[in-house]
Amino acid sequence: MTLLIYDGTFGGWLTAVFEIYEYKLKDVVFAKNESSNSLLFSNTHHIETDPKKANRVLNGLKKHLSTHGITNLYHAFFSELDQIEENLFRFAEYVLSSPVNIEGDLSNNAVLNVRKAAHLTGKESHRMKAFVRFKLTKDNLYYAIVEPDCNVLPLIQKHFKDRYADQKWLIYDSKRKYGIYYDLEQVATVQLTFDSNPSSSKFLAEISDENEEFFQNLWRNYFSSVNIESRKNTKLHIQHMPKRYWKNLTEKIPNLKK
Amino acid sequence: MVHERVMEKLAILADAAKYDVSCSSSAGQNKRKNSNKGLGDTGNGICHAYTEDGRCVSLLKILLTNHCIFDCAYCVSRKSNDIKRAAFTVQEVVDLTIGFYRRNYIEGLFLSSGIFDNPDFTMERLVRIAKKLRLEENFNGYIHLKAIPGASDELIKEAGMYADRLSVNVEMPTEKSLKLLAPEKNHADVIKPMEYLKNEIIGYKEEKKSNFKAPLFAPAGQSTQMVIGATQENDLEILGMANYFYEQMNMRRVYYSGYVPISYDSRLPEIGTPVPMIRENRLYQADWLIRFYGFNVNEIVGFDQPNLDLDIDPKLGWALRNLNQFPVDINSADLELILRIPGIGVTSAQKIVRARKFKRLQPEDLKKLGIAYSRSKFFLAFSSPFYLQKDLSSMQIKEQILNIQNSKYKNNFSNQLSLFQ
Ligand code: SF4
Repeated sequence: MTLLIYDGTFGGWLTAVFEIYEYKLKDVVFAKNESSNSLLFSNTHHIETDPKKANRVLNGLKKHLSTHGITNLYHAFFSELDQIEENLFRFAEYVLSSPVNIEGDLSNNAVLNVRKAAHLTGKESHRMKAFVRFKLTKDNLYYAIVEPDCNVLPLIQKHFKDRYADQKWLIYDSKRKYGIYYDLEQVATVQLTFDSNPSSSKFLAEISDENEEFFQNLWRNYFSSVNIESRKNTKLHIQHMPKRYWKNLTEKIPNLKK
Repeated sequence: MVHERVMEKLAILADAAKYDVSCSSSAGQNKRKNSNKGLGDTGNGICHAYTEDGRCVSLLKILLTNHCIFDCAYCVSRKSNDIKRAAFTVQEVVDLTIGFYRRNYIEGLFLSSGIFDNPDFTMERLVRIAKKLRLEENFNGYIHLKAIPGASDELIKEAGMYADRLSVNVEMPTEKSLKLLAPEKNHADVIKPMEYLKNEIIGYKEEKKSNFKAPLFAPAGQSTQMVIGATQENDLEILGMANYFYEQMNMRRVYYSGYVPISYDSRLPEIGTPVPMIRENRLYQADWLIRFYGFNVNEIVGFDQPNLDLDIDPKLGWALRNLNQFPVDINSADLELILRIPGIGVTSAQKIVRARKFKRLQPEDLKKLGIAYSRSKFFLAFSSPFYLQKDLSSMQIKEQILNIQNSKYKNNFSNQLSLFQ
């Protein structure tokens, strides 16, 4: 068995695929950066992400897959599911070894797993497009905090850039500790350090635009007005808006001042 | 904005608008793109939140005012109802829409209104709001406006230039019911603006073919809504009317709104009568079968069977009445036939057609594809080994399927079609 240590990026994974073929590595296991159980493996192989190698693998895959198939592969990578790198590698192997496009062969486990993972990430990015709640600061920045199940910021940035082209915004993934920031020109990945607790009410009051709280209250008010009591269906409500998202959803956070 | 007053208006005017169930904000093919580096676009209609009754919240859905000169018995805003009244100013609606949109709360605005003074007066304000949003705020998000029956053609045309979708609600499925509950109105009043819109939309589409840059006109088409269960109509009449709207008026959507009792009027179901949610759900399912599954209305309801079954969905109902059409061999049948198998939806049918190119599918494969095999198995054949439970009668099949359903889906009916198979 060989432990492949890579940087956790999609390019890194593609480079790894290249080197598996190049060095004829067998029974590979992927790890992001240095991991403690490396001692368990007879072999350790460090991957240095290399755009040339990555592109060669990507182009190889593109020859055998539709655009949709490539997108699925890309999305599946960001699912961060357990053993997704290994699964994707088995998928890539099947793709590259087969003369025809195999992405419809759902009775094959590798194909099915990649599809499922892609589906999961797709669902999560769709949710984030819906559940981001921007708050306006005094400096005219719209910011939102999210904690998605999958690493979806790279997948949703275009949506937000296209839609909110005339406002500065920041979406911060507090689970993965990075954000995407749009400065009216382009989107950049940013790391943040907070001087004070970013969710403390004092801090929020200091940075917020004077109308921010009013709009949050209007939204809460709207959300409760549109409910039709005689149609109540809590199960369906929670199915659509699972509780783990509530802490970042304005309408689900009671107004403390009321 | 004067905060407190706006807050109060929002409570009143959102509450009054909530019985209009159309929530879709999907733009369809003619998407409004943010090409002017302004604000927003129309996409595939995101639900930003869900109400506690499980309905999608994607638009700021409000009335401009709930003052109304009419007295339609089924409507909370009717003149004779003793309720708080309010009216937004044009600027207030614009500010609310933009403030909500920028915070990613909504996909856009759904603006309807009671009729104060006269139809033109009301329509003119609705148009002014849409115009302001588009021209002054550079807003490319979704706008749905109500076309007020009786408003002038010019105003309705102007509305179409700024709105993505327009709708005229027919409310009552038949003229008879309308006469009973809203004696001042008649169907001709709502058909007229629908017809006008239909022709304008067709005209726009024609023009678009030769001139790619032709200005948009209601690119998301028109829709309408019918109230279900306030009056005596059967499902045959309701679906027949819906079919007329789809075929004759090119409607994009017909919405069915289960009547929520709001009045002690003796012409209407008493307060406390349950909302006919299951029936509403069945109507949506039937509507989907007509629009996406190639079914004809007459296959779903007919004179011998004018109402949909409440205990099973209309597709299963059709299959049980037509057992002679089954089993369908999923390894060879055409997509249209596979679509008619209970338990198999559009995506599943497409998956089957794709996957069978690689191997002859067996029951295990269907489960892998995520298909409701326990439901569909009664109607399937797999070339070899030939698997078929020929001896079951439609009653027996129904019973077995209901057993599976009851354990899984009990009390989970919704108008979002979550259990639609
Ligand atoms: S005209 Fe419209 S708002 Fe007025 S009472 Fe009738 S349905 Fe209600």
